[in-house]
Amino acid sequence: MEKFRTHTSKAIPLPIENIDTDQIIPARFLKATNKAGFGENLFRDWRYNKDGSLNSSFALNDPKYSGSILIAGNNFGCGSSREHAAWSLADYGLKVIVSSYFADIFKGNALNNGLLPVQVSPEYLKTLIDAVQSDPETQILVNLEEQFITLKGSDKKESFEIDAYKKLCLLNGYDDIDFLISKKDKIEEFEKELNTQI
Amino acid sequence: MKKTLFDKVWDSHVVDSVENGPQILYIDKHLIHEVTSPQAFAELEQRNIPLFRPDQVVATADHNVPTLDQHLPIKDALSRNQVQQLTENCEKHGVTLYGLGHKYQGIVHVMAPELGITQPGMTMVCGDSHTSTHGAFGTIAFGIGTSQVAQVFASQCLLLSKPKKMRINVNGKLRKGVLPKDVILYVIAKLGTNSGTGYFAEYAGDVFENMSMEGRMTVCNMSIEMGARGGMIAPDETTFAYVKGKEFAPKGEEFEKKVAYWKTLKTDEGAAFDQEYSFDAEDIEPMVTYGTNPGMGIKINGQIPELDDISFEKSLQYMGFRKGESLLGKPINYVFIGSCTNSRIEDFRVAADYIKGKQKAANVNALIVPGSQQVARQIEEEGLRQVFEEAGFVLRQPGCSACLAMNDDKIPEGEYCVSTSNRNFEGRQGQGARTILASPLIAAATAVKGAIATPYEEEVAELV
Repeated sequence: MEKFRTHTSKAIPLPIENIDTDQIIPARFLKATNKAGFGENLFRDWRYNKDGSLNSSFALNDPKYSGSILIAGNNFGCGSSREHAAWSLADYGLKVIVSSYFADIFKGNALNNGLLPVQVSPEYLKTLIDAVQSDPETQILVNLEEQFITLKGSDKKESFEIDAYKKLCLLNGYDDIDFLISKKDKIEEFEKELNTQI
Repeated sequence: MKKTLFDKVWDSHVVDSVENGPQILYIDKHLIHEVTSPQAFAELEQRNIPLFRPDQVVATADHNVPTLDQHLPIKDALSRNQVQQLTENCEKHGVTLYGLGHKYQGIVHVMAPELGITQPGMTMVCGDSHTSTHGAFGTIAFGIGTSQVAQVFASQCLLLSKPKKMRINVNGKLRKGVLPKDVILYVIAKLGTNSGTGYFAEYAGDVFENMSMEGRMTVCNMSIEMGARGGMIAPDETTFAYVKGKEFAPKGEEFEKKVAYWKTLKTDEGAAFDQEYSFDAEDIEPMVTYGTNPGMGIKINGQIPELDDISFEKSLQYMGFRKGESLLGKPINYVFIGSCTNSRIEDFRVAADYIKGKQKAANVNALIVPGSQQVARQIEEEGLRQVFEEAGFVLRQPGCSACLAMNDDKIPEGEYCVSTSNRNFEGRQGQGARTILASPLIAAATAVKGAIATPYEEEVAELV
């Protein structure tokens, strides 16, 4: 996994609540057996019209907006456990998703793919959306090490929470598999106990 | 210390704790299917890691399989390849597979309980958010992403922070015609789709105590629709009777020993929850959803609320409904009875009892998809096939089908479908399809009337 320390970029506002993983990547695109290329169908049914042309009113297609930070409404990533949602966002080129709330499974999946979910207060979410909508050139800085997000060049800053272990993983580019395998002796010992206990 | 049911099962599966970090949770059973496992197998192979405990993994093909002509090769090349890859991966890694054509094949959350793979006090995971279903047995069961599927393959463990605990109490007697699906749709409508995020739920009170295992599974299945990773119900005599004699359930003395242990899995009197809600069974009526998330539900004879909110309005616009409108009598052309929420034999008995002697309305396409081969056989043995076919319903072969429309079972654009599944998201049942979630009884009544309908009281007299 790629290391993540700080990230600065313009942002794309998507102030819709309860964006579920079926919108992020519809089920009909889950037939692939590898992880690559899902970005092409990210937000497929919002991004494209029925005839396959681009829907120009959708934020991702709006030439005003660009960048690798997505700012979304409350409860982002609810629904299915499909990690394809995180893969498609990352494959599209996004590095950070900001929302006032994330669904559990999505949050874990994002972290396992080096995509940082930044949870902010509803008020700060509004501040960010307003800033980007009124000036799409606005730069947003996310500092993982010090756990804060800010509108560059302003004092409007907010700190965010992240699990200490997951933060360490992102800062160093580690993932959970290596860690779990290093605990194999402990796990085998536990299995013996479990069998006698129950 | 006083413990909840959740604490008891969780704490007995903690291998180790990382300082200032997550815990290592041991997983007893890992269920897999064709859609969320291939990249996890690939991960193992890339890193040259063996599958740690193949005997604790069970596979089936369900999400992406046709519900017609399952004995023939799958027509769609991508789907065929995905199912084929599951077969190859299972062979290579020594995993038991109940693939297409196997007598145990079915939706993973229908198949595992009916085979006795799901047992009280276990920890279970699957790369599918509706794994919460198995919580009906007093099991900690939850959906995981594909990276976590690979972690469990590699170590039979996951790194997790212990979730918070909530309890949902429903006491009293349910009204006639109110099914478990209505109970959970009611709870989600009351609490909202993210009320459970960060929590594991326990359902308690006489309504759940008096429910069948099938009903409990329907309730726990939809825990994720309020954001909770899982939901549990304490195991009791109903649970033990259901598990007893199942193919992979413990037998004889071993079973008795287990039951003695399972009986200890109850929340201690006075144990603390981070959040607690209580509802009155008499307040619950048959429910339907009107919007594009499962929290947007109303009583079937109620009105769509009038909220001024962009997301709410976007949702109504997609559904083609108006604020303040009533849904009763709305013409419907599609009805789907199936999915891991409502495709167990009890669901089809309820539907068939209502349908018997009636005809579906001419405008309706009514699809019945059993959850598993076992359920399909029961439908046959109990004579329900005849009831459905005489009434003009189409009976298909087991799979997830029109719940997520990965196969050909799609609802056409703009059409309404009254569905017993779990998600009414935009496009969930096909591009542009509009889903209205309901119980199997409401679905059956709607199919017969050709419009959203509730059965007459006398019609449900002896059913539920």
